[in-house]
Amino acid sequence: MIIIGERINGMFKDIGEALRNKDPKPLQHWAVKQEEGGAHYLDVNSGPAVPTEERPEAYKWMVNVLQEVSKLPLCLDSTNYDAIQAGLELCQRPALINSVPAERAKIERVFPMAVQFNASVIGLTMDKKGIPKDAENRVAFAMELVAAADEFGLNMEDLFIDPLILPVNVAQEHAPEVLESLRQVKMLANPAPRTVLGLSNVSQKSPDRHLINRTYLAMAMAVGLDAAIMDANDDDLVDVAATGQILLNKSIYADSYLKVFRAR
Amino acid sequence: MPVTLVKERFPSKVGEVILGATSEQGGTRTSTVVVGGDNLLPFLHFEGKVVNRPVIAMEVTDIVPPWNEAIKAQFGDVLDNPAAWAQKCVNEFGADLIYLKLIGADPEGFNRSPEDCARVVKEVLAAVGVPLVVVGCENAEKDNEVLAAVAEAGAGENLLLGLAEQDNYKSITAAAMVHKHNVIARSPLDINICKQLNILINEMGLPLNRIVIDPMIGGLGFGIEYAYSIMERARLGALANDKMLSMPMICTVGYEANRSKEANASAEEFPGWGDLAQRGVLWETLTATALLQAGASILLMRNPEAVKLVQRNIADLVDAEVGA
Repeated sequence: MIIIGERINGMFKDIGEALRNKDPKPLQHWAVKQEEGGAHYLDVNSGPAVPTEERPEAYKWMVNVLQEVSKLPLCLDSTNYDAIQAGLELCQRPALINSVPAERAKIERVFPMAVQFNASVIGLTMDKKGIPKDAENRVAFAMELVAAADEFGLNMEDLFIDPLILPVNVAQEHAPEVLESLRQVKMLANPAPRTVLGLSNVSQKSPDRHLINRTYLAMAMAVGLDAAIMDANDDDLVDVAATGQILLNKSIYADSYLKVFRAR
Repeated sequence: MPVTLVKERFPSKVGEVILGATSEQGGTRTSTVVVGGDNLLPFLHFEGKVVNRPVIAMEVTDIVPPWNEAIKAQFGDVLDNPAAWAQKCVNEFGADLIYLKLIGADPEGFNRSPEDCARVVKEVLAAVGVPLVVVGCENAEKDNEVLAAVAEAGAGENLLLGLAEQDNYKSITAAAMVHKHNVIARSPLDINICKQLNILINEMGLPLNRIVIDPMIGGLGFGIEYAYSIMERARLGALANDKMLSMPMICTVGYEANRSKEANASAEEFPGWGDLAQRGVLWETLTATALLQAGASILLMRNPEAVKLVQRNIADLVDAEVGA
């Protein structure tokens, strides 16, 4: 299970302020803290804190200050592909591009860039019209992304399909459709593409966030989830990821398995 | 129609462990041995690289061992002299390592003192230039004393010391850390205990590249398939980047193969089984070659004729070209 720490995001107040003041400390603090918590990647998102035209510079700055303190690979999170490219040029380890929808123009922009920088790509099962309601249409978009990987020469393991989970308090009917999508996406190719979810989305604005995240993570792992953008400092949640790996027979049991899951 | 080979790519590899130390490295060995390092399933050359060939550690005991005559006769008159015996293993039979078993320490037997045991280790170190594996008499309490003395006497030689087990690993790990040796972590044909023991030893502060796994084995006909499947899982774990299973493995082939009736009973007793001398050699050889295929890096061996055959097998496997 690949854990992508979600905390370095301009939507959080401390990170937003840090971006406006060019203060590296909060970013570096969360880089170290998330790695200790069990993160394998650090998601990096400026959010609206930085004006669009300044984003390429902002992503360069974020990549540099994070690489000063962490060896974790980065997940560059933006809809601004010039900003992502500016960041990729500085990444010392193969990065993850977050993200591209199943739209031809964006696919043509992002996939060659991923190949050029030896990066992986998160592909969203949506287009301009938005997120499908059912599994069937999600999987159809996934198939377009799989075909694009083949077309542009991206290794199938470097494509992460995100079937897009929505908050359960307002869009409950999506939760089972996403699970069904995960199951089917793993059968689209051999080797299969990998799968990812923005996990915290499922529990937006619900009072029992942690419980909902934990429960959905376990359910999603059982049907083929490979990675999650999530709270890497929610110890119970990381424990679920570690335990899920054991129960799926993906890593070998030892009494101290929780401890070694976090050890690097 | 051309057939495309399905090739597996693994994200990681078996860790490397260095045994022995030359004078520049603070020891007195004339050569060192490196095991592990492979990023493929055993000998699937088309998938990766065999970095270090498997090695043979020949068994030497500190007192005359209770082995059958077919084996003993091949050593002549050195069996009561561990130093001369070790020399013969290296010079005549081409042993890569010496596996010295201090069975004379057994409180139920000769009950030799830790000091006496340490002296034997020093004699063997002086007699040969290859690295040494040293294990006790399999009495936990006594071994803790003996191995502490051995670790001190062999300081600088980068020995491989055994055996650390789940309920008795602390003393030997501590001794290895203080005097900079390596440790054999033995688990009873159990992948979960194997991993846990590596975690526990590592938690004490011994680096992972100073641990060698002894998964325990069964000889041919006595559960070798259990050993094979445990070793395969460990190897796959190592290749999948499970750091707590990534150590090279040592297999006690000579001991297990020669415990069987088939390696000891005479042809008079079982006429259908054929000549004992030849049968014993084959029993040990086939145990060894099967476990090489499962990923063994160090083979403990006893019978010089079997050693000769397995040396040839290793050379063939390591040099094998991929068929067209």
